[in-house]
Amino acid sequence: MHEWALAEGVISTALSTAKERGMTEIIGITIKIGELQQIDMEIFEFALKEINQPQRPMIANAKIEIEEEKAILKCRICGEEWDFSNVLNKLDEDKRESIHFVPEVAHVYITCPACKSPDFEFVKGRGVWLDCIEGY
Amino acid sequence: MDPRLVLIDDRFRNIKHIVAVAGGKGGIGKSMVSSTLALTLAEMGYKVGLLDLDFCGPSAHAILGITGVYPTEKKGIIPPNIHGINFMSIVYYAGNNPSPLRGIDISNAMIELFAITRWSSLDFLIIDSPPGIGDTILDIIRLLKRVEFLIVTTPSRVALETVEKTLRMLKEMKAPIIGVIENMKIVKSSHVEEQMTAIGVPFLGEIDFDRNLEESVGDSDKLLNTDFAKKLKITIADIPIFKLQ
Repeated sequence: MHEWALAEGVISTALSTAKERGMTEIIGITIKIGELQQIDMEIFEFALKEINQPQRPMIANAKIEIEEEKAILKCRICGEEWDFSNVLNKLDEDKRESIHFVPEVAHVYITCPACKSPDFEFVKGRGVWLDCIEGY
Repeated sequence: MDPRLVLIDDRFRNIKHIVAVAGGKGGIGKSMVSSTLALTLAEMGYKVGLLDLDFCGPSAHAILGITGVYPTEKKGIIPPNIHGINFMSIVYYAGNNPSPLRGIDISNAMIELFAITRWSSLDFLIIDSPPGIGDTILDIIRLLKRVEFLIVTTPSRVALETVEKTLRMLKEMKAPIIGVIENMKIVKSSHVEEQMTAIGVPFLGEIDFDRNLEESVGDSDKLLNTDFAKKLKITIADIPIFKLQ
């Protein structure tokens, strides 16, 4: 997913969730990011700071923690499990970027290392979610 | 909490009408109708987008002859404008390779595309969808609250039987139906029109089977000059949604 779109989504989701919970100020949020998303943390953190400007006082001073989850893939045909990071380096820049924008195209460029099937699932490490919001 | 979902309404906010072209079977002309409809509306002076959501068999780019263009990155993804259409498709990322996606992957890829794509202000966004009433159609209804469905069928009783199921489901889910276009008409018959009248769905018109249509594939100028495109233009002329001021 694109870093700027992700940052925008994280801030908007945090604000709407905090409002639903009756919070007036968010003091901390924890974001979990699957490795499959291929997020550039430097750009993401910059985008978060840019979007989270003082015009959003409810979240402006929140401490933001980002945790990355390793991506594990599992073949639906032979049951083989493997680390995404082991195959990522074998892909060229264009393919890595395609997976970054639409992670499901991993099925286009990656196959099971044991049986070569493209029919695998993401056991871990796909998606982005707000794991925790703290405030009062 | 999935932070992608909150972005979707905002991404489609500046689009006046979202029209999903759907139908029960493959090979009935949904992609041809979607692509030609987008071209026709653009030629009429409207601001138009075309989104190909047939991930496992994308073809709008082939029909319109779109090659060598890619979205630009600017705080998200901006679809390129070609032939007057802002065009978005998974082919930018999957190339000409097969995309073996299961249901959950289709849903996730749709959410991802909806969340990252920054459409400009549009009069119409035309969506080309895969056959049937699977994950794509269910997610279009779930995620795009303002979508309206334009249904395509052929005179074939096989196509008609499945399209009736699609229509029934759309009605049950309270999804707005613009109406049904009967495509690839060969023999004069009012059977489809009568069936639509019987189930209370607007019959929008019929388009004869165009033997020369294949020759225009990949050439948008030729496509606009086919009998198929001319008849489609006449068919939509009477539909209120396509008459913007």
